[in-house]
Formats: sequence, C-alpha cells, structure tokens
Amino acid sequence: MTADADAAAETRAARDADPAAAPRPGLELPPLTLPITRTLIVSGAIASRDYQDVHHDAEAAREKGSPDIFMNILTTNGLVGRYLTDHFGARSVLRKVAIRLGAPNYPGDTMVLRGTITDVDGSTVQVRVVGANGLGNHVTGTVTVELAAVAR
Amino acid sequence: MSGDAGTSGRDAGRDAGTSGAGAPGGASYERALKAFEGRPASTAGVGKDPVNETMIRHWCEAMGDAHPAYRGPDAVAPPTMLQAWTMGGLSGHQGRSGAYDELSALLDDAGYTSIVATDCEQEYLRPLRPGDVITFDAVIESVSARKTTKLGTGHFVTTRMDIRANGEPAGTHRFRVLKYAPAARHSPEGRGPGRDGPSQLRPKRPRPVVNRDNAGFWAGVADRRLLIQRCGGCGTLRFPWLPGCNGCGSADWDTVEASGAGTVYSYVVMHHPPFPAFTAPDAGADVGAGAAEGAAGPYAVGLIELAEGVRMVSNVIGVPLDRVRIGMPVRLEFLQVDEELVLPVFRAGPDADGGAPDAGEEG
Repeated sequence: MTADADAAAETRAARDADPAAAPRPGLELPPLTLPITRTLIVSGAIASRDYQDVHHDAEAAREKGSPDIFMNILTTNGLVGRYLTDHFGARSVLRKVAIRLGAPNYPGDTMVLRGTITDVDGSTVQVRVVGANGLGNHVTGTVTVELAAVAR
Repeated sequence: MSGDAGTSGRDAGRDAGTSGAGAPGGASYERALKAFEGRPASTAGVGKDPVNETMIRHWCEAMGDAHPAYRGPDAVAPPTMLQAWTMGGLSGHQGRSGAYDELSALLDDAGYTSIVATDCEQEYLRPLRPGDVITFDAVIESVSARKTTKLGTGHFVTTRMDIRANGEPAGTHRFRVLKYAPAARHSPEGRGPGRDGPSQLRPKRPRPVVNRDNAGFWAGVADRRLLIQRCGGCGTLRFPWLPGCNGCGSADWDTVEASGAGTVYSYVVMHHPPFPAFTAPDAGADVGAGAAEGAAGPYAVGLIELAEGVRMVSNVIGVPLDRVRIGMPVRLEFLQVDEELVLPVFRAGPDADGGAPDAGEEG
C-alpha cells in the first residue's frame, strides 16, 4: 500500500513539474539516436545468446546474400524497451513489446527511435514506436508501459 | 508425415522433402507445411542458465540500458530479455521438438535455407529475478503460404512460446521468422580476394521483355539507334512502343530516330531496397549515379523528355545523385551493360547540351 501511494505521488509530482509532458494521446516522445556500430551489433547478439553467424561474421553474412552483419531482433527489442524506460523513468515497467523488423541495421548506419503515445489508461501508456535508419524503417511496433508500477 | 514426431527428427523431414511432400510451391508441399500448424515446437524446455545478475549486466551494457530496476540487490531482469533466457546458445537448443526440426528440414530441402526474424511480440506477466528457473513450451502457430519478399522467396513460420519462472507463468513470446531462398546469391568466384569489386558482386540486369510490339525498338537499340514510333495516320510520335495510335487509332506506323538530346522531366533516387544490378554499370571508371556508394548503392532514375517531345524512363549518369535536377540537359548514350545487353541511358554534364543543335531549348 505504501509503495502504491509513493508511486501515485511520484506520478503526480512529475505531472505538476511539467504539465506539458504529462502523457496524453498524440504526445511525441523525444527521439533517441543510436549509432549502429559493429560493437553494438555483436555485443547485443552475444548478450542475447544469439550466435547466428550473420550477426558477427561479415564474411558469412555476405555469403548469405547480406552486404554485412546486421542487428538481431533481440537487440532491437532490447533497444526499444530501453528507449521507453529511459523516457518514462525509474518506476516504469514494460508490460508488452510487439515489434516488426524492416530495413536491416548495418554497421555504420544510425537509427533514430521515435515514439508517439497512442493511448493512456490510468498509469498504463501505449506507445507507437518507429526506428528509422538510412535505409528506411528498421523497426515499427507498439509498447505498453506501466508508468508507476510496483513490483508484483 | 507418418513418423513419430518425438524421435524421427531430421531424417523424417528429409524423406518428406524428397518423396512425400511434393515439389516446393506445389499444393502438396504447402499442405505438408500446413500440417505442422498446432504441433509443438519445443516441449518442457529448460533455460540453460537460471536468471542471473551476470547475464542481466551484460545485456544492460550491450543495450546501454541504465534503468535502476535492473541493478542492485533487488534487481529484476529487463523484460525484453525474455527470449534470451530460452536461447540454445552455441551448444544448440534443448527441448526442441522433432516437429520443429522436421519443418526446418522440409524448408531447407526446398532451398529455403536462410532464416531471418521478422516479428517479435512479448507480454510480460511477472518480473524475472536472479535465481528464477526458466521453463518453456512452444507451439508452431502458423506456416504461411509461399511468399516472395525482397530478401527472397520462402515461408513465414510463427511460433508461440509460454515461459514460466519457477513454474509460474512469466510471459508469452510470439516469434515470426522467414525461411527463404536468397533472391540474389553471390557467385562463388565473387568470394575470393577482391570480392568487393562491384563487377563481381553485381548480379546481371534483368533482361528486357521483347515481343512483337516492341521488337523494332530493341533492334534499334542493338544498332545504337533510339527509335520513336510515328503514326502513319496522323503523324503523332509515341513512346513507349504500342501497336496502335492513341490519337487516331491507326495501326500504321514508321519510325524516326531520336536526335539524342533531352532534358530531365522528373526523377527519383532509388535508395531502398538496394538492387545491385541497377547501380552504375561501370562504377570503377565512371563518376555516374551510385558509383560512389558501392555495389548496392542508390541510383537515379530519370523521366527524360526527348527533344522530339516524347518521354522515356532510364538512368541518369555522369552526375552525382544529389545533383540530378529537373530541367537538366542530358544526352543519349548507349551503354554496353554486359556481353548481351545494350541499354539507352542519359548522360548529364557539360557535354549534354552541346552535342545537338536543338537540345535544351525546345520542350
């Protein structure tokens, strides 16, 4: 109960501090710009225990018809999650993440993640996310975040 | 598919691929794929490691994720790690069912040997904490009909996984992959030293479709003459070639040879998807569109208005992509694309409006 009260107070405090930033449908979140380095692709693949060679071996990737290694979907998923919890802060908890991949993230590119709030229900917010790189949209998706969640 | 799913494994799949399932793309092959819907993809899988601080920290370092909930003595795992706890890693999957291996083998045998993940939908029911033991079951939810994507042709396979932590439901994970045959494989000789040379990497341009209505045009191109049809009834010029006149309906025609002068009426720069065949054909020697961007780089497509008044689509070469402009004078050139193919293209630059007395001013 105390945790609930704290969480509610924190949410209120955040809204009082900056009413313009209070979550509402249509609100656009500040973008997150991510340089797509070889290190990011490889470390993300290994941290997600994905040893498919196309995520770390450029030669093998080329033989399979790809110009270079490319980011795996688990890393994209992790980055989308990070984008939202970075924005909504220490008390935010991811409830659902649904993503679709498009243009691959190759080394040397830059991905810009952008989000638009599509729905607010109490402390639960739904955000439409698009991550674009130099080739087009790398990822599109919908994320449900609870803003002042308490551990269950 | 009469074998026991639990024990038959790859061999059963191979049999099905060569005898029971029919040719890829055929109805019986697609029925064999559909028969996998609803079958288990993995049964009673166990995560190779319990949820642990080390893997959580490595994940957060890789993602650049500094969320305080993922650190310290009461850390929970980032929810997006859900699938990571179920991964087979270098030593492979455990608990994967015979059905999934059979399906993979059936697709491999049809040439759909490449795999790419396209969709991931996760719902998180309970936080995962260090010490939690992960177990999971997955079912093959759907296998699509044959689809052609820019990567190649193949089938989408969707699995749904239910993940438990210490026996309690912790999350669901729906995952879609495309198993496909790559659209443009590189030739084996392209793999040696110098494989980055554009001429070795680039697949051939698609061949033009030549038929009775346009054979005269392509015969002209082979002679390095750009021929425009002229209506025998009303004299109207027309391009592309058609059997009859849009103006008067006459089926009589002859040709006039284009002077070669023209201007850019409109253009686009094609960035994505990359089609290596369409990049600058002599990238090593030419400063043309796309050359600087490498084998699969962007290229400019112009709608060129010829001095004679008709318009045609072709490449604009001899000018950087970002310098192509509407109204820019261009001059016809014939490009030997490969041993068999010659194409009319249009070169921009200082010579473009100097070569023909009537260029640039008309139109």
